[in-house]
Formats: sequence, structure tokens, C-alpha cells
Amino acid sequence: MAKVIIKLENDISTDDIYPGRFMATVLPTETPQFAFFDRTEFNAQLKAKAFAPGSIIVGGENFGCGSSREQACSTLKGHDVAVIAKSISRIFLQNSINLGLQVVICPGLEASEGDDLEITADQVINKTTHKVFDQVKLPAARKGIMDAGGLIPYTRARLMAKG
Amino acid sequence: MGMTVVEKILARAAGLPSVKVGDVVEPKVDLAMSHENAALVINQFQEVFQGTGLPAKVWDPSRIAIIFDHRVPAESPKTATNQKKIRGFVADHGITKFHDIRGDVGGICHQILPEYGYVRPGYVVVGTDSHTTSHGALGAFSFGIGATEMASVWSLGIAVNIEVPATIKVVVKGEFPPFVGPKDLILHVIGKLTAQGANYKVLEFHGETIRKMSTSGRIAICNMSVEAGATSGIVPGDAETLRYLREEAGVTDPIPCVTPDLDASYVQTLDIDVTRLVPQIACPHMVDNVKPIGEVVGTRIQQIVIGSCTNGRLDDLAAAADILRGKKVAQGTRMLVFPASSKIFAQALDKGYVHDLMKAGAVVMNSGCGPCLGVHEGALGDHEKALSTTNRNFKGRMGNPTGEVYLCSPAVAAASAITGVITDPRKG
Repeated sequence: MAKVIIKLENDISTDDIYPGRFMATVLPTETPQFAFFDRTEFNAQLKAKAFAPGSIIVGGENFGCGSSREQACSTLKGHDVAVIAKSISRIFLQNSINLGLQVVICPGLEASEGDDLEITADQVINKTTHKVFDQVKLPAARKGIMDAGGLIPYTRARLMAKG
Repeated sequence: MGMTVVEKILARAAGLPSVKVGDVVEPKVDLAMSHENAALVINQFQEVFQGTGLPAKVWDPSRIAIIFDHRVPAESPKTATNQKKIRGFVADHGITKFHDIRGDVGGICHQILPEYGYVRPGYVVVGTDSHTTSHGALGAFSFGIGATEMASVWSLGIAVNIEVPATIKVVVKGEFPPFVGPKDLILHVIGKLTAQGANYKVLEFHGETIRKMSTSGRIAICNMSVEAGATSGIVPGDAETLRYLREEAGVTDPIPCVTPDLDASYVQTLDIDVTRLVPQIACPHMVDNVKPIGEVVGTRIQQIVIGSCTNGRLDDLAAAADILRGKKVAQGTRMLVFPASSKIFAQALDKGYVHDLMKAGAVVMNSGCGPCLGVHEGALGDHEKALSTTNRNFKGRMGNPTGEVYLCSPAVAAASAITGVITDPRKG
């Protein structure tokens, strides 16, 4: 079980998650400091480690739209948060799977900041309101990458198999 | 059942007789493009090879393109050091399609790729930039990926686990009225579809208006297809594609085109008549917040930007120069112009456009992404408004979260520069 630490609107762009002016910073070890930088208070809380590992960011439709910048995923992964959204933009979803950031698509989700959620294999249970919501399964094509623990180990295994 | 253009391209690239929506394929990649974020790709690429005992060699250095454009010349020691690291990698791996910060062959990646004939109809093109959709303008299936996925492409030469996307057919007819063009068309389409209306889908453009449209205009519409969420935009290769590649890109080898089957299956068809289209404006802070210009005329603007991978081409600069020739940029408004490539800059010099724009008061900058992504060159002051021919207006996009960005065509930007407020060029 984990807490909803922020509830965001529809169409959260990767510029919002990781502003363009920090794009010269690329390493996953360095990107977390700039997560949601222009949401000053939330950024400060993340940096102060105010949230338990596995805490949840709730998004609306089209979460992660815009730029392909992978920093938008590594910055969130660095804070060990998960994302549950009604729908997720293609490149952000793929980047999340590639990097092993936990993302869940849950079109009917009703949750407020502070609610406790449990993510099961195919549902999201709101323990605060006692409501249950179905997940949309992530693209089956991505399963091999997730099972390998991300695209780097997956590609490494493919390379080794090729010899 | 017949196939769409993208289905045909993916079938060919995956070595299959046919594919259908939802199939999972691993297409061979014909061209893999990165810009400054190649610094991260290199990092991930080296990690892939760690512990394998295999030499960390890219699959095919002739199919990798690296173009510096996002922060040129470097705005910080950090960027300069990343660029230095990439130059070293390029030399070590023998990557030939490399465009450094130069006044002869430099420019924005989404202009350089077409300009040098790197993209051909039927290609599978991937790029670590969401606006890689641009290259659909030449009949390629071209889409954005992240840096780690690019590291995988550099290692294996294929895009792993690609699901064949559904296609929306966009049929455009009619002749554009004066001062209305491709940018207004694509803003109108995005407004209709919404920012997620084409998520996980391809926009395939057809119709007499598209057939008559220049490659420059087609790049603008494919470029912004991603703003409706599309995996890619695509204009099936035709006579104009061949003309552009032969005459402007200097391609001499055979150029086969891929066209959709007549009985191809589309998930949706969008019919648009541009005969009565008016200039369109995407208002803050979403690209799908599109309004006809009449609703925002008179809005005071502090910064006008003409340029970017969307609208920094010769015809865009010509449209601006034609409107600004002999006029002055309004006091209290600054105008920045970023040609999409050094070649276009030189052409604009030869044709006198640069002179016209400078004499009017515009600052003509080196080609590059400029202020579009808010890193350097033209950040907004607190609560300032920009009117820009670029492709995104998200909050903070031009470097200041209190700023506001309106998106428009070059004609609207130029007409508004003279008055300092959003101005309809048809009434200028």
C-alpha cells in the first residue's frame, strides 16, 4: 500500500516533469533534483525525501506528453515513486518501461491526495474510499523488456544471444 | 485486406509479407538520429556492453546521424563538455552523418536530415527527439524514442518490440486563402483531434492540398503531428518528394516510393477543406488550445520568434520578409529569427530576406533550436508573452514558468511584429 502524494491534471508534459532548461543534465544520478522543478513546493518535498518509497503520483489523461526526454522518467525513478494515470503518452510509457519506472494505466481511477492505494496485478484498490479500479494492461510487446528488468539488460541479453 | 503506408514499410523492414495493426515486429532501422542527447545515448550504449566481453561497436556507423542543434553554440560548460564527448565518440566509431556547430553544414536535425538526403521514402527512421515525426514528410515511417531505446538501436540495428500502429487518414482539399498555410492546417487538425487524439496512431496525409504542398510545408505538418499524440505523421512519397530529393537534396540514386493500398484499413478518416480556413493560434499552455485568430487579436506580445524545426525554412523566412520589408518591429516588442539550417541562412542572405528582417529590427540568430525549448537564446521575462512559429507552448517552455507562449504561422508572427499585438495578416 502507498500514498498518493500529488494529484495532477490532464496532459502533464515532460516539460512540467523535467523543464527543458535542465536538459544538459542527463545522468540518472543527477536528474532527480530537477523533478517538477517549477512546482516549487513539490520539488522541495521530493528533494527532502518527505515521501515513503513507492509513493504515488496520480495523473489524468495523456500523462508525459511532449518531448522524448528520458530525464522525465529517470528523475521520477530517482525518487522511487510510481505513476498511475488515466492514459499515458507513447514515448513516456516506453521510456518508463525501458528504465523500470513503475507506471500503471487506470482509466477509471478516482483518488485524492493522501489516499492509500494498493496496486495489484490488474487492479488499483483505493483503500481510503474502498473502491476498486481496473488497470489497462501494458502493451504485451513490452513484457520481455519488463521481465528482463529494463531495456539495457534486455538488449545485453539479445546481444549475447547473437554472439 | 490492403496495407497502409506504415504497414507496408514495417512489413518490408521486418522481412514479412504483410503486417496488421497490433502485430509486434522488429523492423531494421534505416536511420538513427540523435542531437546533444547522444551524450546520454553513449552512456546507455556503453552500459549495454558492460560485462559482455563484446567490443562496444555500433551496428552500422553509416546509419547513425548526430546533429548539434539544441544548445548551439553551447550555453554552458556542461553542454560544451557533452558536445566534446560526442565528438570523440563520433570519431572513434566512424560516424559520418555528423553535423557539428558550423556555418556551412550545421542546422536543426529535422532540417539537416531532409536537406542532405539522409531520409528516403519507405525508410524506418528513429530519433531521440519527439519531433522526429517530421521525416514522415518524405514518406518515411519516422518516430521519436528515448535515449536508452536509441542505445538498443545502436547495439542491435533494430527497433525491438514495435507494435504496428493504427492509422488515421487525413484528407485535405481546397486551396489555402492568402496568408493561410500548412501551419494553420496542422494547428486546426490538432485542435480537432486534441493533444491525445492520435495517441499510438499514425496520421497519413492525403488530398489535393497535400499533393500541391511543398516539402517544407509537409515537414511542418508532420513535425507537429506528435502534438496530437501521433507516433508519426506521413505523406506518402510522390512527385514532390522526388523533386525535393533530386533538386534540393542532390540525391542521384534510385528513389522508390511506398504508397498505401487502395483497400488499406484506417481507424478514422478526417476530411478537411482549407478553402475557408483562417489563421489559427494555439493559446497557452496547450498546443490543442487552438483558436481562430479573431479570438485573440490585440493580445500584446513582447517576443516574436520565427524559426525552429517547424517553421524556419526558406519559404517561412520569405513570408516574414515580404510582410516586414520596409516596416519596423514595434517598440516594446523584440523579434528573433532562427533559420532552420546554415544552408537556409545562406539562401536567405542571397535573396535579401536577412537584410529585410534586420532592417525591420529583427535579430537574426544562428540556426538552431533557439528559445523553443527554453534553454538559451531568448528566455521570457516574468509574465511576458511570446508569439512563436515553434511547436510547443507548455508552461515554462520558453524558460520561464510565468511566461505565456502563443503558436502561429510565420505570416501571423511577422504581421504581429509590426504592431506589437497579435495581428491578422489578412488585414495588415
